[in-house]
Amino acid sequence: MSDPILSIRGLKKSFGALTATDDVSLDLYPGEIHALIGPNGAGKSTLIKQIVGEIRPDAGSIAFEGQVIDRLDGAARARRGLARSFQVSSVIPDFTVQQNVMLAVAGAGGHVFRFLRPALSDPGLTGPAQGYIAHAGLTGREQSKASALSHGERRKLEIAMALALRPKVFLLDEPMAGMGLEGAKQLTAILSELRREAPILLVEHDMDAVFALADRITVLVYGRVIATGTVSEIRANPLVRQSYLGEEA
Amino acid sequence: MTMNREFIINIMIFGLLIAVGIGAHLAGQGFTVTLATKVAILGLAGVGLNLALGYGGLVSFGHAAFFGIGGYAAGVLASHAANGDPLMFGFGGSNQMLVIWPVAMLAAGFAALMIGALSLRTSGVYFIMVTLAFAQMIYYFAISWPRYGGEDGLSFYVRNAFPGMNTLKPIEYFTICASLLGLALVFSGLVTQSRFGLALQSIRQNPQRATAVGIRATPVRLTTFVISAMITALAGALYADLNRFVSPSMFSWHMSGEIMVFVILGGVGRLCGPIAGAAMFILLEHLLGKVSDHWQALLGLMLLGIVLFAPGGLIGLITKGLDALRKEKADV
Repeated sequence: MSDPILSIRGLKKSFGALTATDDVSLDLYPGEIHALIGPNGAGKSTLIKQIVGEIRPDAGSIAFEGQVIDRLDGAARARRGLARSFQVSSVIPDFTVQQNVMLAVAGAGGHVFRFLRPALSDPGLTGPAQGYIAHAGLTGREQSKASALSHGERRKLEIAMALALRPKVFLLDEPMAGMGLEGAKQLTAILSELRREAPILLVEHDMDAVFALADRITVLVYGRVIATGTVSEIRANPLVRQSYLGEEA
Repeated sequence: MTMNREFIINIMIFGLLIAVGIGAHLAGQGFTVTLATKVAILGLAGVGLNLALGYGGLVSFGHAAFFGIGGYAAGVLASHAANGDPLMFGFGGSNQMLVIWPVAMLAAGFAALMIGALSLRTSGVYFIMVTLAFAQMIYYFAISWPRYGGEDGLSFYVRNAFPGMNTLKPIEYFTICASLLGLALVFSGLVTQSRFGLALQSIRQNPQRATAVGIRATPVRLTTFVISAMITALAGALYADLNRFVSPSMFSWHMSGEIMVFVILGGVGRLCGPIAGAAMFILLEHLLGKVSDHWQALLGLMLLGIVLFAPGGLIGLITKGLDALRKEKADV
């Protein structure tokens, strides 16, 4: 197997007496969808937040494309190509779809200090934005305000914004949350396309989606990795069945 | 569509101000011209604050600091020019507005860089308090500075000069102030539509999301704070010249509050909101001030009404009114 694009080693994070991340190591390889599953409170979101630089780990190290990124802040990590979507849809509510994606294009390029040129007449922004909007399946909704979108459309907008970062890794935090059956199906199709752009670290509760999409799965319980393996390995793992899948049934 | 409509309202409001100024001049009402000038200047101070408060969500309760720095820049430079006493490095002051304005803006910009760098580490109520604290610091400094009048302030007898104009004539000074206001509006409008404006507004609405697309909040906010302070300082310099007097009260927290009232009354984050707000304020002060000393109680009620029932401010009300009118026409 080739070198991992994202490599986490010995990550630890405690909040007081609670150990949210307990010596977690994890690799994400090019071209794969790696799902991170675990019961509520297992520390999945805390782990994502440490990867994107929103909270600092107490110990351990994160390498991205072979370079240690522990000292970079969130904005710098995003510009390097760590694209994140949020557990609860997070877009700029008063902006149109087009403005949201243009913002991501501008941010990714690191050129936000331009004061006098109207962003809407800047083909360097509108051109790429149009492409990403089409890619995420939102053509025709460019001028709608983000706050007026349906839940599913907002998810798609997040994906368009993530694409605009020309990511080297997608970090998707529960993209299926709150989606209906039909929406989840659509999104599963979009995500399996997305893997061609960049590997995905997927935090997800929807087991159908996880088993349909993931190449490998890591199971987190109480901040600890209890198993890592392929879909069939994880399905067969007695520890996982007992501590996680069993609970669901 | 909405953009267009708001553009028309902006033109209307700015046009109305110009019309009042010129109309009053033609009718020989010098005092009304001066009132219109005051609206233009205070509106300009509000346009400055609006960038930080309205578009950036930075509730600065210390913009009087920059208004006052602008005012004192004008006063100090003019007083040195008048008595021939060199200011520093052999520079003897100036009574030229074209020198005073850049000095006022640079001084306030520098102060804003310092104040912003410290206060932007906080947010919410703490940001309000820290900006207020800095402004109060400067206020007490001005009071205890006898060289420039201390508590009594500093008067200068002739308005500073602008090439080719007689600044003492109300209409000519109005022309200068209204032109600067127009420039500031165009600048402010462009900035808010630019990439920078997108970044700034996204940070106000959802800072976490802005970070996730690679935008660092602090440099964008600090830049906005500095630009905002510089515009307000320009207004301060103009205000000093309007009254031919500066005093520590320009730095007081009342002043910060008044500038904030212009913005909120007119409509937070609306380009011409501060002008509408300042006009309403001056109008009330002028009309009701004659009737009762307690005119500010009515202002307070109005402010309360706006905040509770019309968060879009006066501009928001006008927009709604126009919509209703259009609908009625369509129904007929």
